[in-house]
Amino acid sequence: MSTNAGATSTRHWPGIRFSVNGAARIVRVPPMKRLLDVLREDLHLTGTKEGCGEGECGSCSVRMNGELVNSCLVPVLQAEGADIQTVEGLALDGVLHPLQEAFLCHGGAQCGICTPGMLMAAAQLLERSPRPAMAEIREALAGNLCRCTGFIRIFESVAAAVDAESAGSATKLTTEQMHHAR
Amino acid sequence: MSTPTTTRIVGAPVPRKEGVDKLLGRARYVDDIDREGMRHGATVRSSIPRGLIRSIAFDRRIDWSEFTVVTAADIPGENCIQLIVADQPCLADGKVNHCEEAILLLAHPDKHKLREAVRAVRIEYESLPPIFTIEESERQETVVWGADNLLKSFLLEKGDVESAWARAAHIIEGVYRTGAQEHLYIENQGVIAEYSAEGGVTVWGSLQCPFYVFKALRAVFDLPEEKVRVIQTETGGAFGGKEDYPSTLACHAALLAMKSGHAVKMVYDRMEDLAATTKRHPSRVRHRTAVDRDGKLLAMEIDLATDGGAYATLSSTVLSRATLHATGPYLCPNIRLQARSWATNYVPYGAFRGFGAPQAIFAMERHMDEIAAAIGIDPIELRRRNFLHVGDTNATEQLMREPVILDQLLDRALKESDYHGKRAQFALENPDSPIKRGMGIAAFYHGSGFTGSGEVYLNSLGGIDVTPDRKVRVLVSNTEFGQGTNTILTQITAEALGIDYSDVTMAAPDTGVVPNSGPTVASRTSMVIGRIIERACIQLLASLREHAGLGATCTPAEFFTACNRYRTTHGEVVSLCRYEAPPGIVWDDRRYHGEAYGAYAWAVYVAQVAVDTVTYSAEVEDFWALQEVGRVLHPVLAAGQIEGGIAQGIGYALYEKVVWQDGRMANNQMTNYIMPTAEDVPPIHVFFEEIPFKFGGFGAKGLGELPQDGPAPAILNAIRDATGVAFNSIPLLPEDLYLGLAAAHPAEEMAAR
Repeated sequence: MSTNAGATSTRHWPGIRFSVNGAARIVRVPPMKRLLDVLREDLHLTGTKEGCGEGECGSCSVRMNGELVNSCLVPVLQAEGADIQTVEGLALDGVLHPLQEAFLCHGGAQCGICTPGMLMAAAQLLERSPRPAMAEIREALAGNLCRCTGFIRIFESVAAAVDAESAGSATKLTTEQMHHAR
Repeated sequence: MSTPTTTRIVGAPVPRKEGVDKLLGRARYVDDIDREGMRHGATVRSSIPRGLIRSIAFDRRIDWSEFTVVTAADIPGENCIQLIVADQPCLADGKVNHCEEAILLLAHPDKHKLREAVRAVRIEYESLPPIFTIEESERQETVVWGADNLLKSFLLEKGDVESAWARAAHIIEGVYRTGAQEHLYIENQGVIAEYSAEGGVTVWGSLQCPFYVFKALRAVFDLPEEKVRVIQTETGGAFGGKEDYPSTLACHAALLAMKSGHAVKMVYDRMEDLAATTKRHPSRVRHRTAVDRDGKLLAMEIDLATDGGAYATLSSTVLSRATLHATGPYLCPNIRLQARSWATNYVPYGAFRGFGAPQAIFAMERHMDEIAAAIGIDPIELRRRNFLHVGDTNATEQLMREPVILDQLLDRALKESDYHGKRAQFALENPDSPIKRGMGIAAFYHGSGFTGSGEVYLNSLGGIDVTPDRKVRVLVSNTEFGQGTNTILTQITAEALGIDYSDVTMAAPDTGVVPNSGPTVASRTSMVIGRIIERACIQLLASLREHAGLGATCTPAEFFTACNRYRTTHGEVVSLCRYEAPPGIVWDDRRYHGEAYGAYAWAVYVAQVAVDTVTYSAEVEDFWALQEVGRVLHPVLAAGQIEGGIAQGIGYALYEKVVWQDGRMANNQMTNYIMPTAEDVPPIHVFFEEIPFKFGGFGAKGLGELPQDGPAPAILNAIRDATGVAFNSIPLLPEDLYLGLAAAHPAEEMAAR
């Protein structure tokens, strides 16, 4: 469900400033435009997905000032001055984040549409609780719906990322993987 | 159990082919794509379930000159979506047969202006009486489809049922019902279409079957093959929901593109997707079964009915699969099965993982427990006494030639789940606890690939080519939507050619590029397409040996060198193969007799369920899934398919209810259509037995739909074990449990207050 607040117009909207994945951004859009749409349409960061538009599925999850939010429920004016992290900010310098690596190896992604939100929810969990118990993993991911996996391999992926992180392993993507995986 | 032959890549947990793109968030789904000058499209839909359209008026508050408006009158070809029966209009013309039926299309450069415009189109109707139940439809007092409301019927007969009733020690009857289920793929339906007089129609979209959409577009636009092109974009879940519906949506967007002269994107929001697109067919199955004193099945009389909704869509083939799975994996000499699909005035029901089998298997496996209870035999023992074995024939008198290992699967399921130990423990604990626990089982098979002669009619063509930049491309129209098509076909190709996994790419799923290797449905990709690709690889190696000096064994470098040599002397390096039926496949469509499927996957599932008699909630606490699916091509992907299917099956049994109000889905939001979350799924223990199937890709049979079949009956059987009450309908929500348990135990009910 989108709202009319996102309507484009010739009006000159005041700039809203925030940072996305460490880069300062300024957007001039209607202040009630959904953060989700600003990320996707104005900043062309299409990794964040819309599944339901009502905060139920978690596909649009991003981190804002260290909190996990459904970006479909956040009017962009609330992001003024915020630090936002999206799925595009997880891999650094061609190195998959341990969660991405684990999801790749352990079947945590099938169709991939819930994956960006799921990764952000898992990243949020690991920052709060670096060695979570299975019950914590389940609870932390309960706001993110996946229709493909039955969640089992997502739980295993998160647990594997915890183990890998404590072992300090990381995989550098090959040039081919970075540029053309398909 | 035979041991699979040693392979390097097949059977190994290689990374998902398109996995890195998905994990980095850069995989391009349809809504992530924009085209130059693109407009957005929206649909004006019927607000009534059945009636005549009397007038269409446009509210003057809207400046309609900004909008493109398309009606049925704009359709250049046939106003009909090509499927099995040509009954469903692309846009309603004068009458509507279900709520949300598309009547008129709008496009505008600003998507936010469309919502108000849709509301500003005023349609007046003359209502006609609708039908909302199978029972009303079969009474035929109101006829809403064809001459008699009957979308399709099958009669399957084996032996002589009438002769068995008199000999029976027991005759057990039961009626079982299943509800509609929503696919709830997390990516809603969406397409982008472009049109030009010279180039024709091009559609990009979230879809399973590019050539189905291709066929639909050709008819609606009356265009030759070379002027229609369909390209699948990364697809965020499908489960059958993107088998037939994308044909309609693609035609809609393309009509707007033609009239507006711009690319048009149509992406449904969740509410529209839930309200307007297909769902799983509801069913009602009546069983009447004769057994002898030892519980051996003597006769089965089955009356199976499905609600097909307002148009025929795929109801006939769904009914076919329901028919062919309705008698379970059991030997029974006398069978009469009458199956019918009835029209109603709901949104048409369509393909959904399992495709009729989950409905039929729910009834059969629930009924087996009722037979066991009626004659006082353990439900495990009843099944064991009636299992099919090699040399037996099933309901269509198909001879079981391939190994059938139900006994081994059952033994292992009992052991892994500690079935008997748990039941003994629960029998002690339940009387003094408000939580009643139970164990339930389901045994079943699922036929791989199209039914009967279906694969022969499809005549799939697929293969590989080798590009000058030393890549082998897999050429198929079979699509990836999470289940692993890209990965397993890459594995098969790399394995067969003796090259590396990274040497193989998937050609774009584009009807302008790939041959028609058929739809991505019916658990056919691993078995049928996998085999075609394996054969194409073998064929290419033979050709390279004959014409390009390739040795009997070769390194990847030698392979590509030989390909270059071949290219210089013979031209393009390409190898295509057509489907070849395994020998002995004979199917009589008229009698519904013969080899219904080339192969079956077999399974025994066990559910441990806890019923809280205070809150009336039922929770699946633990789940065991044992199956024989031929060779497992990729252990992680295969287990992921099984787990995901089981979660959908748990939802089907206990959570997912489509609430209807005057023919409209009332709970068309994720807030009130409830699927299992990370907190709801139990641990799922998945076990494979591997018996390679000679005619499947590297020995594979189909597995994608199998896990949807077993959970619902296993769970409801466990609830019967826990509570002693037989629940014969799904979904089984707490209010249903309350009503059932209160009726069965009124005194306890009073005491509990």
